[in-house]
Amino acid sequence: MVMGLDFDVVDLPAADYPEVGDTAPDFTRPLVNEEFWEDRSLASLTEEGPVLLVAHPMDGAFLATYVWNEIDDRGWANDVEVIGLSISSPYEHKDLLAERGEDARLFSDPGAGVAAQYGIERDLDGMTGVTEHRPAAFLIDEDQTVQYAWVAETWPDFPDYDAVEAAIEDL
Amino acid sequence: MTDEPAITLYRLQACPFCERVVRKLDAYGLDYRSRFVEPMHANRDVVKRISGKRSVPAIVDENTGLTMSESGNIVEYLEKTYGGEA
Repeated sequence: MVMGLDFDVVDLPAADYPEVGDTAPDFTRPLVNEEFWEDRSLASLTEEGPVLLVAHPMDGAFLATYVWNEIDDRGWANDVEVIGLSISSPYEHKDLLAERGEDARLFSDPGAGVAAQYGIERDLDGMTGVTEHRPAAFLIDEDQTVQYAWVAETWPDFPDYDAVEAAIEDL
Repeated sequence: MTDEPAITLYRLQACPFCERVVRKLDAYGLDYRSRFVEPMHANRDVVKRISGKRSVPAIVDENTGLTMSESGNIVEYLEKTYGGEA
């Protein structure tokens, strides 16, 4: 929720996304770390442990920056595999990781195909032809089952960080 | 997805020397994993750690335990190891 504004923020249409108890759709995309990127599947990550999948607008948008700053401040990467997801290229993800996202990695999904799989696509007004990810967070366990799910309902909107943290603690 | 290819190729996007190695890997039908690194040499510590140099292409072949760089060497190695008697 954006507080203190004397106008209405934009409501986003209802999203049909994987809910708690659903199997998180699998996908393969380039996964970027500080040193290189390579094709990885979500399943190859979850089989090693729970994953917090955080989708956000393109790297550089203030929303992406704020979300990563908060994730770093809360140190979630110490407790769970934190994996970002946006339409930005691997080069942009590497720049992001040089600044923030400590011990995190990011999937690059320029065609927003994963956004479609997860029901979190958003066509950008004023950026013709660009579809990106709605802000969203999915906590996915070793069985690839969704344990927590949140998708933005307004624009902008930020995850309920305390709720995500509680879900991580409940793993 | 636990079956990871034995061969890992460290490569740079659009680098002709890397493509030369890719052609050879494809020609021999070898399964490999691509790891892309940055154009800036200084940012290629991962390649330096595995091969001792920051240059790409570099290849790690777990079938033989070999790590090497420079496309000429790699192509020659692939021919010798996977080229068969022909």
